[in-house]
Amino acid sequence: MGIFQLLMEKPWLPVEGEGEEPAEQRASSMESPHVGLRVFLAVATVLFTLFLVVYVERMTFPDWRPLSEPWVLWLNTLVLIISSAGFHWASVNAERGDLEGIKTGLLTAGVASFAFLAGQLWAWQLLVDLGYYDMANPAVGFFYLLTGVHGVHLLGGLVAWFRTSAKVKAEADMAQLRMSVGLCAVYWHFLLVVWLVLFGLLLLT
Amino acid sequence: MADQETAAPGGHDHDHHPTGWRRWLFSTNHKDIGTMYIVLSMVGALVGGAMSFMIRLELMDPGIQFNLFGAGEEAAYFQFYNVLVTGHAFIMVFFVVMPAMMGGFGNWFVPLMIGAPDMAFPRMNNISFWLLASALVLLLVAAFTQGGPGTGWTVYPPLSSAEFHPGPAVDLGILSLHLAGASSVLGAINMITTIFNMRAPGMTIHRMPLFCWSILVTAFLLLMAMPVLAGGLTMLLTDRNFGTAFFEPSGGGDPVLWQHIFWFFGHPEVYIIILPGFGIVSQVVSTFSRKPIFGYLGMAYAMVFIGFVGFAVWAHHMYTTGLDADTRAYFVSASLVIAVPTGVKIFSWLATMWGGSISFRVPMMFACGFIFLFVMGGVTGVALANAGMDIAFHDTYFVVAHFHYVMAIAGVFAMFAGFYYWIGKMCGRQYPRVLARIHFWSFFIGVNVLFFPQHFSGMAGMPRRIPDYPDNYAGWNYVSSIGAFITTASTLLFFFIVWRTLSAGEKVPANPWGEGAKTLEWTVESPAPFHTFEELPDMTDKQAAE
Repeated sequence: MGIFQLLMEKPWLPVEGEGEEPAEQRASSMESPHVGLRVFLAVATVLFTLFLVVYVERMTFPDWRPLSEPWVLWLNTLVLIISSAGFHWASVNAERGDLEGIKTGLLTAGVASFAFLAGQLWAWQLLVDLGYYDMANPAVGFFYLLTGVHGVHLLGGLVAWFRTSAKVKAEADMAQLRMSVGLCAVYWHFLLVVWLVLFGLLLLT
Repeated sequence: MADQETAAPGGHDHDHHPTGWRRWLFSTNHKDIGTMYIVLSMVGALVGGAMSFMIRLELMDPGIQFNLFGAGEEAAYFQFYNVLVTGHAFIMVFFVVMPAMMGGFGNWFVPLMIGAPDMAFPRMNNISFWLLASALVLLLVAAFTQGGPGTGWTVYPPLSSAEFHPGPAVDLGILSLHLAGASSVLGAINMITTIFNMRAPGMTIHRMPLFCWSILVTAFLLLMAMPVLAGGLTMLLTDRNFGTAFFEPSGGGDPVLWQHIFWFFGHPEVYIIILPGFGIVSQVVSTFSRKPIFGYLGMAYAMVFIGFVGFAVWAHHMYTTGLDADTRAYFVSASLVIAVPTGVKIFSWLATMWGGSISFRVPMMFACGFIFLFVMGGVTGVALANAGMDIAFHDTYFVVAHFHYVMAIAGVFAMFAGFYYWIGKMCGRQYPRVLARIHFWSFFIGVNVLFFPQHFSGMAGMPRRIPDYPDNYAGWNYVSSIGAFITTASTLLFFFIVWRTLSAGEKVPANPWGEGAKTLEWTVESPAPFHTFEELPDMTDKQAAE
């Protein structure tokens, strides 16, 4: 039931067709894990929004000294897009019931995710080599904070990826696989969107 | 199938559950986890209560009363005093009221009230509890580590910076809050999903009991507020340990930024504490007035409105930080607006009682006590919402009196109302009535003697968070400490009542409160069986809930 339908309910009026089972009693037509994940994504959105608001506000100070973003971030962005596409591929194949397709998608997504994390660490190292370990420059502090928190979220997602891969290896029930792969795909798409926003903001500075 | 066919309504099965320590450590049952939250809350209350009692012993007379560190070590003792203040606040907020309301009563009664067999994510429910228990241990470890965190619950830099709090105590405290926050967020996700997806047939959102509404709104507040605290704490942690300067002026940081972040979490936190109390009081008032709650929809949406506006008033805690006049004018107006939905709730409770067949059982006495205390604290809150007055009263005991009335003792009265209301359902035994009445009156008198004089101390200018004060504040401080003795004695009586109830309380039927108690938890036997609603109750022919 949509939010507007929900708000338009009039429980104090007699129910039409009394005795009939109402078509839909849930506030959500999604299954519980999907609802839970979306609520969690709302939490993560609040967290990243906080950082973005604070970052943008700090940029307006006259002593703001922007840093030059390492070129490897472009490559990392591409890798994360591949990772998200891998999950999408796995999800599409899960809907079709194609186990081999799921395996290919998950493998692509997992390898690309690890490559992304390695790439982010490489970017950190490049900054350190360039002398950007001066945390007293707020731009540097924010760079490490934003990329670090995003990386931690991806790392947490890899736990779910690992569990899903284990289910695939054990050839678990297809409905269960569909659910797990679908949840992972939603989470990875979310992390991609967050990264694109973060990266865009870093470039703008 | 045969078992299901012969089961009583609600489908109760006493078998098939783990026993011994495994039942608790690995529990995925909402009732067991709810019980564990309540026990954790009681442990927290003992520790946090002992801290506040020590504070009042110190403040009973002017001068330093109990310098545990010996002559010449006053600075260490002052730090210890600040650790007591900090520990008391953290424990009472994160480890007493929140676990009891959301974790304890929420876990126990939301599934029962909406006709669900359990929570949506039972294993996550278990993780949520143990994260909180670990957080409490971490906080206590922090208190005993290298001087402890003496930052106050606001953790304002620069006091909380590595310069003024070197050593790991504040870091451990921050990690403890991170764990507690993660626990709350997981709990909130569970509550929202359970309420959205697991209601019994016919239990529409507008038929849900108001307690479930209160938990739903609180869960959304947790979702919005806790990540902000987590983000701020992470920044503070990197400032302290990795050389960033988000809040460090010498590196171009801004300590006032921390205040904005903290209070964007901190103000909704007040509603996170008190909203479940609104829900409990609504159930109790309706039951013991033997009437449906007056203005059900108004009551539900008043909570939603309070939740929304609660996120738009944070800077009324920061009037002294140099906000310009226009900004202050906005925050004054927005803060005053909150009086409208809270007024709706107060008048709806009174209207529910009006003309009702009121039975002043102990839960109802605590509910009435809640209304009185909340109004008291609300009135001084309206005063403090005005920037002019707040600048005069900022950081005085007037503020201490205000927030203890409006969220601390009002919240505790709601907890007691819930405890006496539902204890029969939880353990199958009723509380001893005479002792419970003595508990109510002694607690009511105790907290008022404790906190009411603090208005006078505050108006006279007595500052917060100091162990010593000039002689002219001595009188009201003495009275206040007498109140602390009465309150402590009453609290000990409560623990005796708990023991007495569990060991020798008389057995109660499914519904001990009669026709006023109409929500679903009263349809299952007492104590509620390990598994409930294996056959979902059908609510399609019912009218709006009370």
